[in-house]
Amino acid sequence: MVAQMSNIQQRNQGRKDKLIVATAPLCGCFGCHMSLLDIDERIFELVELVEFDRTPVTDIKTIGKCDIGLIEGGVANAHNVHDLREFRANCDTLVAVGSCAVTGGIPAMRNQFDLKECLEEAYIHGIGVENPHVPNDVEIPLLLDKVHPIHEVVRVDYFLPGCPPSADTFWQFLTDVAAGNEVSFPYSLIHYD
Amino acid sequence: MSTEKTFKLDGRDIPFDDGDTVMDAALRAGEYIPHLCHDPDFPPHGSCRVCVVGVNGRHTASCTLQASEGMDVDNSSEDILEERRMLLQMLFVEGNHTCPACEKSGDCKLQAVAYHAGMLSPHFTHFFPKRSIDASHPEMMFYYNRCILCGLCVRVSKYEDKKSVFAISGRGIDSRLVFNSPSGKLGDTDFSPTDQAASVCPVGAILPKYLGYETPIGQRLYDFKPISVVGDETARDIAKDKLTNGGPDE
Amino acid sequence: MQDLDSFLHGLLAESGDTPDRLLQHLIAVQKQYSHIPYDAIQVLSERLGIPPVQIYSVIEYYAFLHRNPRGKYDIRFSDNITDRMLGNRLLMQGMCKKLAVEPGIPRDDGKVTIEMTSCTGLCDQGPALLVNGIAVSKLTEMRIHKMVGLIEAGVPVGKWPGKFFIVEDNIQRRDMLLNKRLIKGSALESLLVKGADAILNDLDESGLRGRGGAGFKAGTKWRLCRDAAADEHYVVCNADEGEPGTFKDRVLLNSYADSVFEGMTLCGGIVGARKGFLYLRGEYLYLLKTLENTLQERRDANLLGNNILGQEGFDFDIEIHLGAGAYVCGEESALIESLEGKRGIPRKRPPFPVTSGYMQKPTVVNNVETLLAAARIAVYGGDWFRSAGTPESTGTKLFSISGDCERPGVYEYPFGVTIRQVLEDCGALDTQAVQLSGAAGFTIPPQEFYRQIAFEDVPSGGSLMVFNRQRDLLKMVLNFTRFFCHESCGFCTPCRIGGRLMNDLVEKVMVGYATSYDIHELKKIGRVLQKSAHCGLGTTAPNAVLDTLQKFPGTYSRRLVNKSYEPAFNLDKALEVSRQLTGRDDEEAHLRLGN
Repeated sequence: MVAQMSNIQQRNQGRKDKLIVATAPLCGCFGCHMSLLDIDERIFELVELVEFDRTPVTDIKTIGKCDIGLIEGGVANAHNVHDLREFRANCDTLVAVGSCAVTGGIPAMRNQFDLKECLEEAYIHGIGVENPHVPNDVEIPLLLDKVHPIHEVVRVDYFLPGCPPSADTFWQFLTDVAAGNEVSFPYSLIHYD
Repeated sequence: MSTEKTFKLDGRDIPFDDGDTVMDAALRAGEYIPHLCHDPDFPPHGSCRVCVVGVNGRHTASCTLQASEGMDVDNSSEDILEERRMLLQMLFVEGNHTCPACEKSGDCKLQAVAYHAGMLSPHFTHFFPKRSIDASHPEMMFYYNRCILCGLCVRVSKYEDKKSVFAISGRGIDSRLVFNSPSGKLGDTDFSPTDQAASVCPVGAILPKYLGYETPIGQRLYDFKPISVVGDETARDIAKDKLTNGGPDE
Repeated sequence: MQDLDSFLHGLLAESGDTPDRLLQHLIAVQKQYSHIPYDAIQVLSERLGIPPVQIYSVIEYYAFLHRNPRGKYDIRFSDNITDRMLGNRLLMQGMCKKLAVEPGIPRDDGKVTIEMTSCTGLCDQGPALLVNGIAVSKLTEMRIHKMVGLIEAGVPVGKWPGKFFIVEDNIQRRDMLLNKRLIKGSALESLLVKGADAILNDLDESGLRGRGGAGFKAGTKWRLCRDAAADEHYVVCNADEGEPGTFKDRVLLNSYADSVFEGMTLCGGIVGARKGFLYLRGEYLYLLKTLENTLQERRDANLLGNNILGQEGFDFDIEIHLGAGAYVCGEESALIESLEGKRGIPRKRPPFPVTSGYMQKPTVVNNVETLLAAARIAVYGGDWFRSAGTPESTGTKLFSISGDCERPGVYEYPFGVTIRQVLEDCGALDTQAVQLSGAAGFTIPPQEFYRQIAFEDVPSGGSLMVFNRQRDLLKMVLNFTRFFCHESCGFCTPCRIGGRLMNDLVEKVMVGYATSYDIHELKKIGRVLQKSAHCGLGTTAPNAVLDTLQKFPGTYSRRLVNKSYEPAFNLDKALEVSRQLTGRDDEEAHLRLGN
């Protein structure tokens, strides 16, 4: 982590550019993105420090080279894997954000069941199901047999735990990185819930 | 005073009496050593290994280590801290610790010790074992997902409650808690919320029914104060408090 | 079959209803009914005063005890790496196919169960299996074929051809211990003539150290036990020879049992014990009868029982306890727990068994070979013993040699023998590596074959498995990590979880998905086990991985993916269920290896 940060720091010292940040939601509830927005008026300060690349916030759909990629959500389907790999390939520092990205979280509770059971319950045997069949449109990403935290699919450089991580946690992380400091959380910012 | 026996813990002199473990003496002196399977009110067990300390280059569980004169105990080197973090991470990937969906969150010692250790992620590959819930007891729940096999309920039920409701069965990674009833269900045992064992679980494996988020997340025991400050007594008081205030709605 | 109630009644009447009898009773019930019926648990609970939950937990701890019925023919293939090298997997698959049975699941008609088990101690004459607990050696396709016929025809195991059950001693080299016969009772006579202090001095002078591997001085141990004040003392012979690749105690118990019992009685006489236990691993059940006979001969000769050799107050007798498939019980405090009828979880130490062992009383726990040597030292003296070996490792040591060599078997060498010498003698050619002291031991590369086996250099509990250059050492490593996963008692975090994590990473290397990052992880986890596990078995469990990583790095590196990271699981395989359920097989329905 320290090494990666210092890379970014060096480059930033060279050209006083902002940190380029991208974010992506995988299998999650979007709560982590909401929490990022909870930094409230500090967002004006933040946009002085960072520039957003691909993120649902800007609605930019493709990713360019970024300093930081923030990933919310667990890895539940083939599209999640594609998105995650794309972020990994384009971001210097990839960050797992929130319980689902860090541990699989709530979506991973489906790991208690076989995928077959899940899909059959939803699409075949469930109450009120009409025309029972498991959807097979090629537009619908295939589900992995289990939901995984992102570090089990790509190399991850940093973790922001919490459900969601608080706005202060995002703030601390991004301002530390922007300042070229080693990220350090006080006790109050480390939470898993 | 000059006859008082002491050992050193991170350079500080810790007085001890004969028969004290390093853990006993350290806690009494106000020095925190992380622990999960240990509760100072009950005999030590030594299974979780989270209380590992360094003595003469060897690492050993401080809850079972007899204090001796002149010992030089390392409770805070990066080596020790890293080892503890890894042990905690192992415990997290072994079960299914979905903190956001757990009523114990914020009051949970596994979390609290991990917060204290600065653990940001479970790091290892999750096992995602398939485990069930035992909801057969009228007042208590058992969540196999969260059990860390500390054995506290086993010991306390046997030695304090004189009931032997629990045992750890199986072996290796297949070890699991079992209940003393012909059906194997908790509801068919003589377990009661007034048992000491009902309030001793460090995680959310044994919880009262009919209680949900009365204290909101974010306002719980370890949300404000680290476990090193909270202490074991307060933690147990809170757990007991929940048990006495719980119960089905009128 | 006898009804359960009267069977249990007889059992309890014959061998007692104290809680420490639990494991032995369970073994007897398992043998009679091929499982532990629910009703048996209730009766035992009531009669022994043990809560049923504790009985379940004991049953589920021991691999040879089951709550559900096994097949009438209960077959376990030994799965040490040496058995694998001799083709046990194919033989087992063939047998399963012929008998139409899935591994681990009883056949529908209840006739047969087949599964793998940890090393059964027949590495010198494998592949081996146990049928209803009795060892069958030298398996071939022909032998399996015949067994299948016997099973389908319902021929009782007792009526199978005797040659199936022949277990050779295979003693290939004898030295001072095996050459020198011990006249029955002579060590005890020596004790009566010379006195306990003189014998202890002999032991001290001999320099005899424990032969199980830890190497604690036998004389010191006995003295500590004797000096620990208590109303009872105990002597325990550790014959739970579970370390993969080790079988020398099997030979001693088969052909030198009398000497072993003599050593136990000698120890009892010195420390003031009236009772001794031989803890025999369940895999050696076939030795039980001759051991019992030997005990009876000794009782008849007044070498056991009351007033031994006419000496007023010299009372000592020996009881054999069986294990039931648990490697950890080889650890002395776990063994004591098991003797007390419990799960074999190693105790916290201190206190050590010499002050607080069986039933919290001072207890000497010695290896089979240690007791045999002690008896000889009592007769022939300490000088005789220390005339062989090295200053810190006196006397001779028995080695169990197996694997890629022409003459596997038991070899007795003076301590200090070089590995090269041993390899030459056993006819090992083109050796790539030697695994010394079993799965928990050391992996030795050829450039270290000059080293001496001795506490001063490479210590050894006595097993030596040879691997030639055709062998894939990673298969050995994986066999050992699986072994440790299977055998971890589960008590402490690092061994229970870390052992499984290590195994999974070694598997990842094996299938060719691992990167240098995974190797780094293996080392880190291994160090945590070494440093923080609760018992000696946990701290040594990562040895084979760490040793091979250091000394045979190519075993790993040639399999690594040249990337900084690969997923923890096979992504494409993780989509297989979805593909099946949707019937899709398009480009988007697949995930290639990580990038």
